[in-house]
Amino acid sequence: MLIVAKLREIKAKDITETVAQLCQRANFELDEDVLAALKQAQQSELSPLGKEILHQLIENARVAEAKSLPLCQDCGSTVIFLEVGQDTHVVGGELEAAVSQGVSQGYTQGYLRKSMVSQPFSERKNTKDNTPPIVHTEIVPGDHIRIICLPKGAGSENMSRLAMLRPGDGREGIIDFVVRAVDEAGASPCPPLIIGLGIGATSEGAMLLAKKALLRPIGQPNPEPEIAALEKELLSRVNDLGIGPMGVGGITTALAVHAEARPTHIACLPVAINLQCSCSRHKEARL
Amino acid sequence: MEAVHITMPLDRKTIKELTVGTPVLISGTVYTARDAAHKRLIEALKNKEELPFPLKGQTIYYTGPSPARPGRAIGSAGPTTSGRMDIYTPRLLSAGVKAMIGKGGRSREVREAMQKYRAVYLIATGGAGALLAQSIKKATLVAYDDLGPEAIRMLTVDNFPAIVANDIYGNDIFEQGRAKYRKEKS
Repeated sequence: MLIVAKLREIKAKDITETVAQLCQRANFELDEDVLAALKQAQQSELSPLGKEILHQLIENARVAEAKSLPLCQDCGSTVIFLEVGQDTHVVGGELEAAVSQGVSQGYTQGYLRKSMVSQPFSERKNTKDNTPPIVHTEIVPGDHIRIICLPKGAGSENMSRLAMLRPGDGREGIIDFVVRAVDEAGASPCPPLIIGLGIGATSEGAMLLAKKALLRPIGQPNPEPEIAALEKELLSRVNDLGIGPMGVGGITTALAVHAEARPTHIACLPVAINLQCSCSRHKEARL
Repeated sequence: MEAVHITMPLDRKTIKELTVGTPVLISGTVYTARDAAHKRLIEALKNKEELPFPLKGQTIYYTGPSPARPGRAIGSAGPTTSGRMDIYTPRLLSAGVKAMIGKGGRSREVREAMQKYRAVYLIATGGAGALLAQSIKKATLVAYDDLGPEAIRMLTVDNFPAIVANDIYGNDIFEQGRAKYRKEKS
């Protein structure tokens, strides 16, 4: 018997158009969950300067959306997560080229800042359309393509950390590493932060987990109670540092800690930290 | 806390009056410069070349704005991380720069130079570039157009909100603020 797989065709041009839209929406519209977290922090913050900064961040979201202005002038490196259903077939172009073209169009049409430079340690020449994007592709069951666009600003990205802890360092080792990293980052990553943590896997696996953890709606705990408890303890410890909004002092250093854990090697305990400023931008679409 | 209205460039009297933690509303003229423009300014000083604008008494705003839509003065224009400019700053302060606007803390060398040369450092809210752009009324290209968002521009600002982070008396908002609210033992 001949089994013919039924593939759903998805046009490359639709991918391009979708990516172009997502880049702009992500830069202009702050998600409701982030806005709600900022409003709650504004209520609870004790520092008068901290409160004023939170007020400005809330106002900023209103102005950005009303005027189609980027929330932050750093419109980021464009990180794109693709979930490609195994029963799809991209037609009329190459998948990655279509995504890249979408980034180029979105950043140009939306008057977004182009921040990508070519050769990173010598030439550093602006590529003028924010390409290339950083694309992570996963093959999943189904006949759809899910596209998530996460423009990542450099201020917070520069404070990323990776530690290959000893298995014996355990939970306490993770807490010490995260608290120290946030303390040392201080005002630089634009607190209040969302702290993405990837625990386990390998070095690069942990980093990717940390970045993906940023996609979770703010404050939604990890479904595993043990990891949720770690997130809760870390949030409280980090907020006890007193760094506060923009580092001026206060009780709101982070809005949330999102941790993800995966199996690892008997000899390993990788812990990756990816910090996200309060300008937490991500938008997604399904084709 | 009531904000103090100040005008850039700052005069000596105002510089003395600006103390750490004071919210200010800035009007007047400031110049944008960030990483690549700083590198060129330092080179120009070293080679005794003519500078694109006279540094004496001026204010540098660390920002790389997004492109302006037609009919608007500027795109989003919030502060970038000042710490990346720390390696260049003492030289610029010695050449007469009196104020800087950015975000995040400064190195010990920069803080010492601010006391020595009597300059102040102000912070604006990172991630509030759309809001801050509303206080920027005019942007004129001054130099280094090839650097795109990193070019030097002269900005005319009106009630641009900031906070004094380092004054000429050696006070630092990040140290003081953190000490006040810290519960975690170091």
